Amino acid sequence: MGLNEIKAKKNDLITYGIVIILFAIVAVMVATGMATRHMQSILVPVCINIILAVSLNLVVGFLGELSLGHAGFMSVGAYAGCLFAIYTADILPAAVRFPLAMIIGGVVAAVFGVLIGIPVLRLSGDYLAIVTLAAGEIIRSVIINLGFTGGAAGLKGTPQDSNFIIGFVVVLITMFVIMNFVNSKHGRAIKAMRDNKIAAESCGVNLNSYKLLAFVMGAFFAGVAGVLYGHNYSILTADVFDYNRSIEILVIVVLGGIGSIRGSIISAIIITILPEALRGFADYRMLIYAIALIVMMLLNSSEKGREILSKLNFRSLGSLLKNRGAKKEVQGNDE
Amino acid sequence: MMNNQEIKSHETRFVPIPSVSMLPERDIDKGPVLEVMHLGIDFGGLTAVDDFSIAIGKTEISGLIGPNGAGKTTVFNMLTNVYEPTRGTIMLNGKTTAGKTTAQVCKMGIARTFQNIRLFSRMSVLDNVKVGFHSNIDTSLFESIIHGGKYKRVEKETTEISMELLKFFNMEGLANAQAGSLPYGAQRRLEIVRALATEPSIILLDEPAAGMNPSETSELMENIRKIRDEFQIAVLLIEHDMNLVMNVCEGIAVLNYGKIIAKGTPSQIQGNPAVIEAYLGRRKDK
Repeated sequence: MGLNEIKAKKNDLITYGIVIILFAIVAVMVATGMATRHMQSILVPVCINIILAVSLNLVVGFLGELSLGHAGFMSVGAYAGCLFAIYTADILPAAVRFPLAMIIGGVVAAVFGVLIGIPVLRLSGDYLAIVTLAAGEIIRSVIINLGFTGGAAGLKGTPQDSNFIIGFVVVLITMFVIMNFVNSKHGRAIKAMRDNKIAAESCGVNLNSYKLLAFVMGAFFAGVAGVLYGHNYSILTADVFDYNRSIEILVIVVLGGIGSIRGSIISAIIITILPEALRGFADYRMLIYAIALIVMMLLNSSEKGREILSKLNFRSLGSLLKNRGAKKEVQGNDE
Repeated sequence: MMNNQEIKSHETRFVPIPSVSMLPERDIDKGPVLEVMHLGIDFGGLTAVDDFSIAIGKTEISGLIGPNGAGKTTVFNMLTNVYEPTRGTIMLNGKTTAGKTTAQVCKMGIARTFQNIRLFSRMSVLDNVKVGFHSNIDTSLFESIIHGGKYKRVEKETTEISMELLKFFNMEGLANAQAGSLPYGAQRRLEIVRALATEPSIILLDEPAAGMNPSETSELMENIRKIRDEFQIAVLLIEHDMNLVMNVCEGIAVLNYGKIIAKGTPSQIQGNPAVIEAYLGRRKDK
């Protein structure tokens, strides 16, 4: 076994360790009554954001494409899962219904991932970002205008099955699947595509199917997170899955480090807790996100800034930007 | 320009086969690995390459030379189906590559390197080579996610052969380095290693000696011969370094303005007036 694989494995184990230790701390706090009700109420959102960030990182960090429609997939999953749960509420016990709802939500989101992915496959870079953004908005408008989704008034009656422990288990499953995937033959092909499409293709990698695979996997977990979300509140409205939501997930990924799963997890925790902890600043949330993004981009665009970041051990942060720059250069070089 | 008299090259004798090219005598029984007939491509109204025909023996080292802009890289791009040829056929081991994608052509057995290095620069050297083995690893998506017993076994084997390949080119010490951080010469070598990892029957090298100093170039010549001898595959290379071409190649085709103007052994090419004209121009007083 190569040194690199051992290192990758160790890295993964550290990430699992961090998540499990944090869970243990929170579980103890809840059990001993140290956590207030308010604190407990944000535990599930933290899990949801971790799942969203890790799955978006697969697309943004490893596939190297900017997807701005993650909230769209989340909403499709949420509605599919919640509708299933509402209709089977009397038939199935919660222990069967909820996992089934999550799988259904994930699968439906994945199907939408395929539907949107097929036209998107032909694009890359800015164009792909715009199409995914539009797709997310279309999904939202369609949901608002459909009857069986409850329309603008929202979908009521979803059993509130979400809790922190289930959220934690789903987080672990997401981490397991995506971290293993990234280190496998399939993950290598996707990373190779990110670094150089033409070379990857001439090494026998089928670009379209691998691009679609990464895209669909991201959509699946976004759908699962959506089901978790829908089961956490008594009412589900499509408005929460707007453009801002997609940007929020992207901000988490960029702040945590593009291509770093551990970074995404830590950043998801911080970004979810911060607005709650600083209630007074909640109105300025989007403003702070924008400023944070600008600062990250500025730091990444200068040599000195990257040096500072690498010292902070946020190594992979600037990689997306660098990669996008490099891609343009490569395109210019083609004969 | 090909006459039937036997020509002594430094290693092999060449036997002409009808109208296409010459094969080293040792390859005659096996037939050519790559047979290209009347290949041509138009970009809009511009004919970039026309009537390009060549046959390459199973273990032949051949060169494609010509002035800048002659269409050499375009030929490579057509051979790997990056560009779809407008005319002509490409037969690899007797099978046509028409209608195949670049990835499928790679699977069929054509590997290549690039004029401007295209490595997976953010991945490790070892991972670069492993991507080369992509088509030959048959773990399913499910196994990739679960990391079960079969996955671990296949992954271990892949690592082992990748390391062997790297060792062959004295790069085993760099296995864990990031590909983008390698010095220039090592990057060029890694591209060749990655191409060999696809287990090709012919490897196309696009200006492998570009930007190399004389000692690196002579090492490269050794490596090219080693590739042919050890892997028993054919090599087709584009190169401007005439020293390398004349020393290593057994057959050479010269391309100018998209057309083959000469084919033959190095000594034939060196004396060919059409080639000299293409490179140096015609003498005015005559």
